[in-house]
Formats: sequence, structure tokens, C-alpha cells
Amino acid sequence: MTLTLSEPLFNALLAVVKILFVWAMTLAALLPNLIWAERRVSGLIQDRPGPNRVGPLGLFQAVADVLKLMMKEDVVPLYVDKVLFTLAPLITLTPALVTFAVIPFGSSIPITWNGAVRDVPLVIADVNVGILYIFALTSLAVYGIVLAGWSSNDKYSLLGGVRASAQIISYELAMGFSAAGVFIAAGSLRLPAVVEWQHAHLWNVVPQFLGFVVFAVAIFAETNRIPFDLSEAEAELVAGYHTEYSSFRFAMFFMGEYANLIAASAVVTTLYFGGWSLPGVAFTGLWGGLASIAVFAVKTAAFIFLFLWVRWTLPRFRYDQLMELGWKVFLPLSFFHLIAVAAFVAASGR
Amino acid sequence: MDVSLALFWAFAAVAVAGAVGVIVMRQPVHSALFLLLTFLAVAVLFVVAHAEFVAAVQVLVYAGGIMVLFLYTIMLVNVRRQAGEPYLHRQAGVALGVGLLLLAVVGGVVLGDARRLADAHAAAPAARLTEVVGSGVAAGNSQAVGWLLYREYLLPFEIASVLLLVAMIGAVVLGKRTMEKFD
Repeated sequence: MTLTLSEPLFNALLAVVKILFVWAMTLAALLPNLIWAERRVSGLIQDRPGPNRVGPLGLFQAVADVLKLMMKEDVVPLYVDKVLFTLAPLITLTPALVTFAVIPFGSSIPITWNGAVRDVPLVIADVNVGILYIFALTSLAVYGIVLAGWSSNDKYSLLGGVRASAQIISYELAMGFSAAGVFIAAGSLRLPAVVEWQHAHLWNVVPQFLGFVVFAVAIFAETNRIPFDLSEAEAELVAGYHTEYSSFRFAMFFMGEYANLIAASAVVTTLYFGGWSLPGVAFTGLWGGLASIAVFAVKTAAFIFLFLWVRWTLPRFRYDQLMELGWKVFLPLSFFHLIAVAAFVAASGR
Repeated sequence: MDVSLALFWAFAAVAVAGAVGVIVMRQPVHSALFLLLTFLAVAVLFVVAHAEFVAAVQVLVYAGGIMVLFLYTIMLVNVRRQAGEPYLHRQAGVALGVGLLLLAVVGGVVLGDARRLADAHAAAPAARLTEVVGSGVAAGNSQAVGWLLYREYLLPFEIASVLLLVAMIGAVVLGKRTMEKFD
């Protein structure tokens, strides 16, 4: 039986398949296991077993945790701003899920269609302003936290929200300027072009190590992970922006944090660690395409592990230290890095 | 009607609805969020016009930067109004006058000049793009914007930068004066 599809319909179908694949990988496969991974890694670091009773190696712990959260009473305090209180967890989750649209998660897969073989690139949307799209989305992610803090009508929540907004604005600049070096080197804002440049030359982490360090630290600040989780700082603010949240609403903040973490790891992998590529390996054909997806997944997972490792190892910064570090150390460093990269590229005459 | 035109009208309507929301809401935080909605809808309009770079910058700078600072300020000031409290305070007459004047000016420009300009420059963006491509730069939004901004409009660009710098220094000086009072 031959299926005849018109060109736009075929492309739309491809896009839907890619979206479903990426969301299945992140939402269904990776995200629940992160709950388990976080708790097991914390156990490993603190020299104890961690949760190991539910299923083999405790792998079904996520199911137990989520069920428990859903069974709990959903408390909505008096005098909250109901609409925003409900929207805030959703807003936290959305930007991370949409980020994956522009990240190339593999090389390409040949698909025979209408008798002709075509290479389907493994990226949902090859936008010509790729990285700006990601920055725009991450800059929107803060609204979830800020609105949760404000709508809760609680001083601790409000302080958490205020901290989050100041913190994210402070680190966004350093993040943007350090990433700009990558695009000067690759000569394009498109993420597939960045990956291909690294595939042809060298992973960006080597020539742009300074940029990588600034970018990675800024990403910790942007995702509100320890050592920069000042917006929830349980020692000072009870639980910060999510103090008043319970049951499934609270679980959604958790999901949002993990989704952001996965997205951030995928972005670092793409910008500085060659994305789906390995030096000297050409990923062609069906198996090559699938292997490149696996390479990308392993690299991203390594970064997720780094996030967990740091969380259970480092203490939290003080708020004034966080601001000083952002404005007086990382911002000048990222300027210096950008100028150095630009000067080098100009001198080498490309 | 083709898809992009339908999208244009849909998101233009969202932008206007958001703008109305800004002035209708009593709660400043809600007003700020409606302004955010307008910014996002305008960004979509840029995408419909194939100006992806401008759209991304619109979201990044206005929605992600300026509005977050707005919210920060509003939340710190924390004005929660009581229902029924008067909020215009004898400004109603002046506001109405200024509003009508603004409407007249903007309306005049739109009815008079905009149509003429649109007719005259209907083919201009496309021509501009090919011109940029012709002089050896790869086609693309960011390249086209950069090319125009740093070559043809360099002086206006620099003047705007200096203006912003002056405003920033002014804000720092004012802020420092208050800080010294508390020290």
C-alpha cells in the first residue's frame, strides 16, 4: 500500500512526530526518573543508600512520590489572587518545554518518501535566530516564580519572588554575552550551524573555556538551583515562592524545575560540547542518526548529573554575595571573553 | 484569506485587548501582566512579518527584561487598592484632554502619512534584503538588521546609546543620593 501525502502535510506530520518524540523523551522518560536520580545521587554523596524499596533499585520511587503528592489536600489560602495562583506553576513549566523546539537532538535520518530519499534533520524547528529564541523563553520563565510569590499574599513568598526576578535579570546579561562568543565563532545564530561548526573544528569548551564557565554558572542561577536557590532558601524564607503551594500545584513547580534543568543541560551540551557530534565520527544513515541521538542523550545526562552533584555538595550563597558575583565578576568576565573572541576571529580574518 | 493575514488580525486583536486591559485593571500587577500580553502579541506580529530577530529581541528585552523590572518595582511598592477608592484624583479632565490630543495626532498620522508611506515603500523591505545579500552577506534576519544598524543608521544608533547612558548615570546619581542619606 502506498500512502500519498502532499508536501506540506508530510512536513507537518514529521514535525508532530518529532515533537512527540522529544516530549516523550523529556516528559515521560527523563523527568520522572530525575526525582529518583536526585534522591539516589544525594544518597550516594551523603554515603547512604537513598530510596531503594519501590521497584528494582527504587526506580519506581517517582510513581510513589507523584501519587503521594496528588493524594494530598490541595490548600488554597485565603486572599490569594486565585487566577495568578493557579497560572504560576503552569508558567514555570511551559518555557522549558518549548525550548526543545530549536535544539538539534541528532544529526539526520534518511526517510524515503514519494520514491525519493531525503535527509530529515533531527531538530523540530531550525529557526534562524535559534539561541535568541531560547534566551527569550528563559527570560519568561521567571514570571512563574514571581507571580507565585506575589499571588500567594505571603511575605515569605513575596520575598522569594522579588529575589528571583532580581537574580535572573542579573545573570541573564552574563549568560547572553558569554554565549555570544559561540555564535561569533560559528558565524550563525542557528543551533544546527553551531553544532556542525563544532563537529568540523573543535568543541567550543576548549577554545572558549572562560565563556563556558560563565555560562554554566549563570545557568545554575537561571534555573534557581543550589548554590543559587535564593528564591526558596528554606533557612530564611520557609520555602520562598512556593511556601503556600501544596499537593499537585507544588508538584508542578517541581516538574518545572526539572524540566528547566533538562533544557539547560541540553543547551550547554549544544553550545559547548558539540551537541550530537563526536570528534572524527560521521553520523550518517539511519543507524548513524539514531546513534547521534544517543550521544546527545548521554552528554545531556552527564550535565544533569553535574547539576545534582553541585546541589548536594555546595552550600547556598548569601544574597549580597550572589549579586556581587553576578555584576562585579561574571559580567566583566563575559565582556572580556566576548571582546577576546571577537578580536581573535577578526584577526584570523574570517 | 491566507494564514499569515488571519494570524495578523488574531494577534493584533490580542495586542489591543491587552492594551485595553492595562488601563482598565485596578490592580497594578494585573495591568503589568496585560502589558506583557501586549508585548508578546506584538512579538508574534513581528514573526508573522518574518522579522524573527526583532521578535526575539522584543520578547528578550521588553517581556523578559523591562517588564520583570516593572513587576519588581510594583511588588516592592505593593499598592493594594481598596474597592471603591477613587483612583483618578481630579486628573480626569486633564487626562481626557491629553488623551484626545494624542488620539488626534496619532490618528492624523495614520490616516495621512502612513498610507502614503506604505504605498511608496511596499516593495522596499524585499529590495533592501536583496541589496544586503548582493553586497556579500548571507541572507538572514540578524545579518540584515546588523548591516543596516551599523552602516546606514550608525549615527542615530550612537545618539540613542548616549541618551540611554546619560539616563542611566542620572538614575545612579539620584539613587546614590538617597542611599547616602540612609548610611
